[in-house]
Amino acid sequence: MASLSEAALKEMTQEERAAALGMTTEQLTGRSLYIEFEEGEEERYTYPWAPDVDFNKRTEINADDYDTTGVNNRIRDLMAEGYGTIVIQNPRGKHSIGVGILSRLNLIIEGSTGYFANGLIDGPNVRINGRVGWSCGENMMSGTVLIEKNAGSTFGAAIRGGDLVCRGSVGSRTGIDMKGGTIIVGGDTGALSGFMMQRGRMVVCGNAGKNLGDSMYDGILYIGGEIQSLGVDAVEAGLTDLDQAWLTRKLTQYGLVPDRGVAHFTKVVAGKQLWNYDNLEPHEKKLIL
Amino acid sequence: MAGTQYRGSEIKNVDQFVNDAEGLESEREIEIGQHIGYRYDVNMVPDYCQITPFLLKYMEIMGWDDLNWLEDVHMGYEEGMPAVFDRNINGWVRVPSSVDLPDNQQDRDMVAREFLVKFQMSDRNPLVSLRKAYMKF
Repeated sequence: MASLSEAALKEMTQEERAAALGMTTEQLTGRSLYIEFEEGEEERYTYPWAPDVDFNKRTEINADDYDTTGVNNRIRDLMAEGYGTIVIQNPRGKHSIGVGILSRLNLIIEGSTGYFANGLIDGPNVRINGRVGWSCGENMMSGTVLIEKNAGSTFGAAIRGGDLVCRGSVGSRTGIDMKGGTIIVGGDTGALSGFMMQRGRMVVCGNAGKNLGDSMYDGILYIGGEIQSLGVDAVEAGLTDLDQAWLTRKLTQYGLVPDRGVAHFTKVVAGKQLWNYDNLEPHEKKLIL
Repeated sequence: MAGTQYRGSEIKNVDQFVNDAEGLESEREIEIGQHIGYRYDVNMVPDYCQITPFLLKYMEIMGWDDLNWLEDVHMGYEEGMPAVFDRNINGWVRVPSSVDLPDNQQDRDMVAREFLVKFQMSDRNPLVSLRKAYMKF
């Protein structure tokens, strides 16, 4: 397996590659695959395939010269050349700009983007000096994204990790299916924010629309303004000292601490009445329920 | 109301699920034979006083002011063994039994974060082979 070259692997079909690399497609149901950390693991800070970029090496892309795919390919090429700071000029609302960046990078977008900007990223620090459309930071894994103006609906949909920050207001269903990370909104958020939230933290400095936190499983919502209504199984909880310390630290990082501090924030968590765990067969359920 | 009422048990101490892997305590858990809920506090935020030099260096290299995605990483358990969930491989990775665990969750979480970053960045992470086999470009 170790003797296979990259070139040889590229010649193969996907199925042949998977077999050559020792992978299996058999069902693992009912069995566990044990993996253990190694105590003396080498200290590395980036993925093995990540390009070695230098934050002090800066360049620009004029998005007028490319379509969306072209802009994203150009980002990859420049990272491979070692550029660690890339400025995108004239994005003019192009969709899906800056998606799938899986390593450290400073990405600055001078203008507004369309939908799905910076989705699926794992590591970069992004600043957008404009507005963004739907689903900015969708499925984001790590890194930071800072939007200077407003954002559309489903901001941070299914986010797994990292900080996704909008200084302005955002649309509805913010953080839908959120599985981790932090979403911060400087202004207001629309209806059904935090819908089916499973983990992570959402901070809204302004008001929240109807059905906040509907069907949330876990995670925390912090709202600085008025809440129009709570969704099913979302309940208010007491704001602890640890919550306040975390809020102050996080909001300070992005210059969003309200003038009156954070003590007035309302904390919303899952009531856990919808949790439904069991290992029972249907006939066993009948015996118990 | 749809669904069932939450009838789990409370997490009482840091070694609870090392000493009792099944963790069946409430009446409902005993009935269904399954622990209800997470085995650690998923909402616990890190205490930066406990941060390790490796993690500080990682933050510096990534250009982050805090632990970023690692704020959501905690020490959990797999079949009574301390383990950390690696989202990249969608599975638990166990902490070797030779490692002495600290006596509090905050320090354990820092150990978990350090192990996880090193493992994810290593060539032996299954994602390396998966990437070779299935990457599109």
